[in-house]
Amino acid sequence: MHVAHLSLTDFRSYASVELGLEPGVTAFVGPNGQGKTNLVEALGYVATHSSHRVAGDAPLVRQGATRAVIRCAVQRDDRRALIELEINPGRANRARLNRSPVPRARDVVGLLRTVLFAPEDLSLSKGDPSERRRFLDDLLVARAPRFAGVRADYDRVLKQRGALLRTAAQARRGSRSARRAESDTGFAAAGAGDVLSTLEVWDAHLARHGAELLRARLELIEALHPLVAGAYAALAPASAPATLAYRSTLSTGGDNDEGGELLEDAGERGSSAAQTLSTDLGKTLEERIRERLLEVRQSELERGVTLVGPHRDDLILGLGDLPARGYASHGESWSFALALRLAAYDLLRADGGDPVLILDDVFAELDTQRRRRLAEIVAPAEQVLITAAVPDDVPRELSGGRYDVAEGSVTRVR
Amino acid sequence: MYEGVVQNLIDELGLLPGVGPKSAQRIAFHLLAADPADVKRLAHALLEVKEKVRFCRTCGNVASEEECRICRDARRDTHVICVVEESKDVVAIEKTREFRGTYHVLGGAISPIDGVGPDDLRIRELMTRLADGRVTELILATDPNLEGEATATYLARLVKPMGVKVTRLASGLPVGGDLEYADEVTLGRAFEGRRLLDV
Ligand SMILES: Nc1ncnc2c1ncn2[C@@H]1O[C@H](COP(=O)(O)OP(=O)(O)O)[C@@H](O)[C@H]1O
Ligand SMILES: [Mg+2]
Ligand SMILES: [Zn+2]
Repeated sequence: MHVAHLSLTDFRSYASVELGLEPGVTAFVGPNGQGKTNLVEALGYVATHSSHRVAGDAPLVRQGATRAVIRCAVQRDDRRALIELEINPGRANRARLNRSPVPRARDVVGLLRTVLFAPEDLSLSKGDPSERRRFLDDLLVARAPRFAGVRADYDRVLKQRGALLRTAAQARRGSRSARRAESDTGFAAAGAGDVLSTLEVWDAHLARHGAELLRARLELIEALHPLVAGAYAALAPASAPATLAYRSTLSTGGDNDEGGELLEDAGERGSSAAQTLSTDLGKTLEERIRERLLEVRQSELERGVTLVGPHRDDLILGLGDLPARGYASHGESWSFALALRLAAYDLLRADGGDPVLILDDVFAELDTQRRRRLAEIVAPAEQVLITAAVPDDVPRELSGGRYDVAEGSVTRVR
Repeated sequence: MYEGVVQNLIDELGLLPGVGPKSAQRIAFHLLAADPADVKRLAHALLEVKEKVRFCRTCGNVASEEECRICRDARRDTHVICVVEESKDVVAIEKTREFRGTYHVLGGAISPIDGVGPDDLRIRELMTRLADGRVTELILATDPNLEGEATATYLARLVKPMGVKVTRLASGLPVGGDLEYADEVTLGRAFEGRRLLDV
């Protein structure tokens, strides 16, 4: 697929802008702070309904305006879809498809698919586990929008269960100093008996939704593993091979904060990681989660947090026998982050419908060899959009259309 | 601690569901600063609702007498109880004209975030109704969201030892909706929860 037209109203720095786009490579060139990333960020938002740069939507609306509108025409084979998205921070977004309103904005998620590379991606290899969990879960949603619901349900169970555990923790402290607890908890009526009897119910729901998310992640990692290894080898042929493993709080011995044991080689041995996790006793993941919850119940009641489940797991990136985090060089860390994005691209493409590739200011971060290899890999894509501060940052293999971006105006030069 | 009457108000407000000490204090000072006419209207509304509306002593539905219209109706099947969260759910189910049994209104759903536990719902009253063994089926019609599901799970476990048949409303596609336009989450769940069709 490719984007044929983009128009923005009150999005970021743009009061209004219109761009025509073609298949192949288009570069947006201009000094920093001129509005290049703002353009591609808008396309990323249409694809995922979230920004790759900020958590909330408020910064996306031009200062002084109350809402932003992104319109884009997406061409897929011989069909064209016009997607219009109105961003209303603090309220529900609204969307139209081919000029007809849709019931909920999220009904247009997935019509445009993008894979976006950005300087922020370095945190995939160097950052906290939450960055890698988000990478996995975003990719799950991109491949099957139904997972947006699974993820939301799981987060909601976590919130409810967390509130219950905090009440329990307070009640315990309260039994030591009864008077304080009563004035601390707004609802002293919810007694300790209540807490334990309903905790089992939340355990059951946590296990059900958690197992669904966990199984999907494990299957995804199995599919990603060879693709990441291949992309990494192409980017850094001299380096040790890249591996993926899943660290799960389901593995025993993992009630420390760093999570559980490592599941080696999620994909390579053919035996699935899901099987390893549910042990060889024929237990399902759901049963395993419930079992582990019972094991850690004492510490959960003391600390008032849910200690077991996919929200505390991690995707471990390895280079040969070493973990990438803490060991990999800056260049290797970059290659790994790029390899993860390239693998996501391969996977989405295999599902059907070549996604639009967006490379936001990444070439400036790479050495000459990685630049050239990345350029070779992405060149055949149906559409590649690049932002760069100077023309020299765009590799020669990727010459194509060019817009200059300066002081909020976007001008076609080629 | 504030002067007697102010602290009194804060204490009373703090007893309301979901109102902690901080909110109680905020509401109290809001009322202190408000126009006397507005506060009078609020006080009047509070008294009036207690005088004019009451809850069925059997099922908890809103009623104008001791028992609600449904519980007083001799044609209703008292062997089947349909459990709902609110009185407005009774109205919705009655509109379908499908159900001839009786209801039990819980008054909400279990939600730790809002400070609502089983003791805050009319669950003890439900157990009393089930105690004599005359009820043969309990239909759990709490909302098809997480809190409704959790409440249904809790009740199903509680009732299990009593040997009553427990069923759950099928959650799936909205009737009258077009399969093509159903959102994927709903459609996915509908597939998951599919059952054999008896023919
Ligand atoms: N909500 C907003 N309203 C107005 N201007 C904004 C808003 N958000 C960002 N900007 C401006 O956009 C510019 C950054 O644009 P960006 O696309 O990130 O630059 P670059 O060309 O370096 O990629 C900054 O000048 C910033 O002040
Ligand atoms: Mg930029
Ligand atoms: Zn009644």
